[in-house]
Amino acid sequence: MTAAIHVNELRKRYGETVAVDGLSFSVESGEIFGLIGPNGSGKTTTVECVQGLRERDGGEVSVLGLDPASQRPALGPRIGCQLQEAALPDRIKVWEALDLFASLAQRPADWQELLEQWGLSKKRDASFANLSGGQRQRLFVALAFVNQPEIVFLDEMTTGLDPSARREAWRLIEEIRKRGTTVVLVTHFMDEAERLCDRVGVVLAGRLVALDTPARLAQAHGGQTRVLFGCADNDLGWLERVEGVSAIYRRGTKVEVNGSGPVLVHVAAGLAARGIVPPDLRVEQPSLEDAFLALTERGGET
Amino acid sequence: MRAARKLAWVETKLLVREPLTLVFSFGFPLVMLFVLAEVFGNSVEGRDEPTFRNVGAIDYYVPAYVALVIASIGLVSLPVHLAAYRERGILRRLRASELELRSLLAAHALVSLALAALTSFVMAAVAFAVYGNALPESWLGVIAVAVLISLTFTAIGVLLGLLIPTARVAQIVGLILFFVMMLISGAGPPPEVMSGPLRVIADGLPLTYGIRLIQDPWLGFAWDGRALLVTVGFLLAAAALALRPIRSR
Repeated sequence: MTAAIHVNELRKRYGETVAVDGLSFSVESGEIFGLIGPNGSGKTTTVECVQGLRERDGGEVSVLGLDPASQRPALGPRIGCQLQEAALPDRIKVWEALDLFASLAQRPADWQELLEQWGLSKKRDASFANLSGGQRQRLFVALAFVNQPEIVFLDEMTTGLDPSARREAWRLIEEIRKRGTTVVLVTHFMDEAERLCDRVGVVLAGRLVALDTPARLAQAHGGQTRVLFGCADNDLGWLERVEGVSAIYRRGTKVEVNGSGPVLVHVAAGLAARGIVPPDLRVEQPSLEDAFLALTERGGET
Repeated sequence: MRAARKLAWVETKLLVREPLTLVFSFGFPLVMLFVLAEVFGNSVEGRDEPTFRNVGAIDYYVPAYVALVIASIGLVSLPVHLAAYRERGILRRLRASELELRSLLAAHALVSLALAALTSFVMAAVAFAVYGNALPESWLGVIAVAVLISLTFTAIGVLLGLLIPTARVAQIVGLILFFVMMLISGAGPPPEVMSGPLRVIADGLPLTYGIRLIQDPWLGFAWDGRALLVTVGFLLAAAALALRPIRSR
């Protein structure tokens, strides 16, 4: 696999405010790469610099082998974008917008198909001003694909979508990836990043503080796995010697075992060996959200 | 090119969907024409001193209003449109899809000027039919001047639209400029009745020259070389000033 995007020490400031402070990452061709971070952490500025929509102050950026700052005219037709903040003229109709943007593309997609895929067929003749927030959002995502891009940048794609529209959007993004399109996803929904992204970068105050697969991020930063069960047996001292266990808490008959690695299997095996078979044994794995909260609380000190 | 044509067509449809703009564009010159005709008539008889360049008031005002309609596009319509597109993020979205700013500007200016030509034509036709006003002595001259002042006010409009941050401010600034120019550049009281200071201000306004330039071939007067030079000067200055922000965006 080759790198579709390569960013090295990217810097951008707005007046006195440093928005992006030496950020580096690479995106492999065909992967779904996520950027998560609190509001104002520099995610949007980063992807806008990578797309060549903003001029960077420092660092190197290469997208499909091109420098977005100096080679934007060559790069533009090969990437698609959905901006976090955008609008269309109030009285333009949905089909007219798609038709107009298709006419701007070098390799236009069949916009009728996009209209259907993104659930806008019924709104074909509606004015932009009369669309709901979710419908506008879907229109902008559809517009991002109208030039059949090799890389698509989606900035808070599912903000404003209802739950079923979000699921549908996720399904479409997965389908798009199957066709080989590289996706860069900026989001503040952890479930979205966890579900879609191959790798996720966590951005805090303009710096990348962590970068890995969602599962490994959760494991590394999300705290410990918690194994929970009910048990009346008072003699549970043996649990301390079980591999991976780091702490045991008891409240009445409720037992919580904290640990790392495959701690669930070891605890379960130990329980079974002693003839204890709690019917309510369950496990809480650290999620990406736990990792994200831990990282943001720490303020990025790793 | 295909994109620019498509955009011009979309802009045309957007314009047609703004009934208020259309009513104003066609109604305003006609209402003004009616009021002026009721007040002044179109007769040269019975004047104590020469006013209206010694032609009938309606003969004077119809070409002046053609220039005024063109000026309104540059002073109000273009800057408000451009500022609103930028303010709302429409410009960002279009430019992210490789639509060049100059195509957008060209499309909008073209559509607005087509509307100006249409309203001018309707006004002149109504004036001819109702008040029997003069038709252009030199059609070619009138069209050439109309093109020149269209270019000049388009450049001024682009400059204003690029400099002014929001649509609200653009609207206020544009309307002030529009009404000041309308009142003292010759589309209001005739230049002969204006005081010295007003004439000095009028001499600094592009519309003053635009009105004089378009009246000359319409009424069969000789070309005013100085007005021509000043208008071309306004065009070049505005275009040069607008070019930098266009390039940097």
